[in-house]
Amino acid sequence: MASTAAVSPALLEQAMSIAPVPPEHWLIVAPVLVPLAGGAALIALRHRPGAGRALVGRLSILLLALTLAANIGLFLMVVEKGALTMVMGRWLPPFGIAFTADRLGAAFSLSAAAIALLAAIFTRGEAGTGAPAYGPEPFHLLLLAGVSGAFLTGDIFNLYVWFEVLLIASFGLLALGPDRAELDGALKYGFLNLAGTTLFLVAVGLVYGVTGTLNMADLAMRLPAMEGVPAVTLAALFLFAFSMKAAAFPVQFWLPAAYHTPRASTAALFAALLTKVGVYAMLRVLVMLMPAPLEELSLLIAAIAAATMLFGGLGVLAERDLRRLPGFVLISGIGTMLAGIALHSPGGATGAIFYGLQSMALMLALYLALFEAARLAGTPDLMKGGGLYARHPLFSGLVLALFFAAAGLPPFSGFWPKALIVKAALDIGAWWLAGAVLLSGFFLTVGLARAYMLAFWHPQRPPAPVGRGPQTGQAALSARPQKLALTTILPLAVAALAVIGFGLFPERLLQLSGDAASGLADPAAYVGSVFPGAKP
Amino acid sequence: MNTLIFRTIAPFLAALMLVFSVFVLLRGHNEPGGGFIGGLIAASAFAIQGLAQGVSAVRRALKMDPLGIAAIGLLLSALAGFLPFLGAMPFMTGLWIDLNLVADTVPVSSVMLFDIGVYLVVAGTVTAIALALEEKETD
Amino acid sequence: MEAILALLSTAFLAAAFYLLLSRHVVRMLIGVALLGNGVNLSLFLAGRLTRGVPPVMGAGEEVLKAGAANPLPQALILTAIVISFSFFAFLLVLGYRAYQTLGTDDTRAMRFAEPDRLDPPTGY
Repeated sequence: MASTAAVSPALLEQAMSIAPVPPEHWLIVAPVLVPLAGGAALIALRHRPGAGRALVGRLSILLLALTLAANIGLFLMVVEKGALTMVMGRWLPPFGIAFTADRLGAAFSLSAAAIALLAAIFTRGEAGTGAPAYGPEPFHLLLLAGVSGAFLTGDIFNLYVWFEVLLIASFGLLALGPDRAELDGALKYGFLNLAGTTLFLVAVGLVYGVTGTLNMADLAMRLPAMEGVPAVTLAALFLFAFSMKAAAFPVQFWLPAAYHTPRASTAALFAALLTKVGVYAMLRVLVMLMPAPLEELSLLIAAIAAATMLFGGLGVLAERDLRRLPGFVLISGIGTMLAGIALHSPGGATGAIFYGLQSMALMLALYLALFEAARLAGTPDLMKGGGLYARHPLFSGLVLALFFAAAGLPPFSGFWPKALIVKAALDIGAWWLAGAVLLSGFFLTVGLARAYMLAFWHPQRPPAPVGRGPQTGQAALSARPQKLALTTILPLAVAALAVIGFGLFPERLLQLSGDAASGLADPAAYVGSVFPGAKP
Repeated sequence: MNTLIFRTIAPFLAALMLVFSVFVLLRGHNEPGGGFIGGLIAASAFAIQGLAQGVSAVRRALKMDPLGIAAIGLLLSALAGFLPFLGAMPFMTGLWIDLNLVADTVPVSSVMLFDIGVYLVVAGTVTAIALALEEKETD
Repeated sequence: MEAILALLSTAFLAAAFYLLLSRHVVRMLIGVALLGNGVNLSLFLAGRLTRGVPPVMGAGEEVLKAGAANPLPQALILTAIVISFSFFAFLLVLGYRAYQTLGTDDTRAMRFAEPDRLDPPTGY
């Protein structure tokens, strides 16, 4: 019950860091703390009489803007000074839980916050499906807290905890609606993601059993020395667990079953953030901590990547529900990032990171746009709607740019990482992997072009009687006026501009991805920020 | 399940459990106990009350949505983590103050604030889940 | 002792995966509960088994007694128990609501999010 003053300072220094922490170091935890506390405050507030959806919505935008500002500050600081660490509760690193922000984590966290802000703006103009008190905004904030925590934590068990935080927030979001399709999707999503994270926990337990530490910087010094069967087993377990999160073949079937059921902003946020967390975890754990077993597994990962890309491409060709369509684009993108990881070369990792960062903006915009298109057309069925181009030329133009970017055509953002990955694959003679990237891009081009022709260019079809076809899902799908609000078009336009901007001026992002990739290949700076003076 | 004996005893039992849950919460810093188990005991009290008196009675008595209680708890825990910022210490550092009350000095800490937050989070969420399950059974 | 616990953990996990592969949501829920227990047991094993000395420091002590159990896995398990408990509770509510709304707990009959079969778009 005594305070720490009873222990002598010399003894204290052996167990705790007693140097004062400069206030700007709090930026490392601010991207987690602000949305976490903000989400909690909004949940507490939403039942207050007089505090309607409007207030909660405005506050959520304010809080997300604050989070974004903190992320910008953190990102600039990390770019300027290199990796930064804050250890919870003054305990020294291997024992205290560390938050470590390097270029990779800070960049992912920054784009996640920007995406969440855009989604929150979109939410303001969205028709509510449930009671006014149960808006998605508080859970969006909690979801972002989990995602940022996963990107910034420096402790592998803590990574598991953040996985669970974002999972429980996503459960809350999926289960908000009263719809049959939503419940069905939420159930499948719930069970499969729970199984995935539990496998991750098994792997974490084994890592602790083998190395006796959970701190990632500490692991970066110890794990590379481990080799042989146990190391490969561990890496395979991590690979399986993260593949489930990222929706890689053959454990991707939950994604098209669940992601089209919630409201547009929620689906877009899931698509932009959740699978990227899986890819980020692969980069962090497999590429940075376990390079040797990754080398042994690289052929397997490359095969998984090729299968994932082709599955996504074929899915786009076969799908006729506008809201399920982007799910397959997403899966094909996951395959592309996996291909970059499998190559295990600077070019491959750079391509994977670049693809991940631009894919956040792309997937957000694609989901928002296609859900909006389904609403404007009055049906998600490609064969029943039509005539969107004639009615909304500006919106349709944006969608066309997004489709180009998704297919990986120059001069849009999807082109550069694909080019990097294809080149890196050809460099090591993996022509079949390069072929898979190109073939999947071809499928996407054909599939998306046909979708565009059917839903946008085709003259409007007469409204068909209710019959067989994709479930309309939300009852409000066609009930709203056929008008585009500013809150709808603004996030779309910003995300589309980002996609085009990354495509036309890729140098900065390329530089950043390259730096992040070299930070993964040689984690000396990462380790140094946690243990000053240590040599990995 | 809904016998006269149970209905009569349940309010007393629930009240006793609530008091006991606070005891367990405050005892938890250096001895077995703490916010999580305390919160579970409090949630069980509400669940028992819900079985005996019906869910709507419990909701009325709580005055607040259980998830709102959980949210306030989460806010308190986050605040406890944030307090060391004012003293240039890292996130989640435990701060202690000895309060001189009338007869005794009572140590008060940000750790305790965190634990109270955990108590509210657990009590709120588990109550929400329990009430949701009970509601479906009775209605 | 380690081997016995390892086998027990394996048995838990095998039963859990068998149940998770079932078609009925109720069985899957029991599988989730077993899965958490099996994983916690394996976490416990990861911290090495020692007998007799609990990792508790008395008043005035500054280090643990020799041969004390490793407290970290126990803390990890505590966290994991809390998380798996809350997930189980949530999935229970979700499964119950799904059963009420969808009228079935057979996952093969749950075809609301994914309609049975739709032909790909053809023609223009």
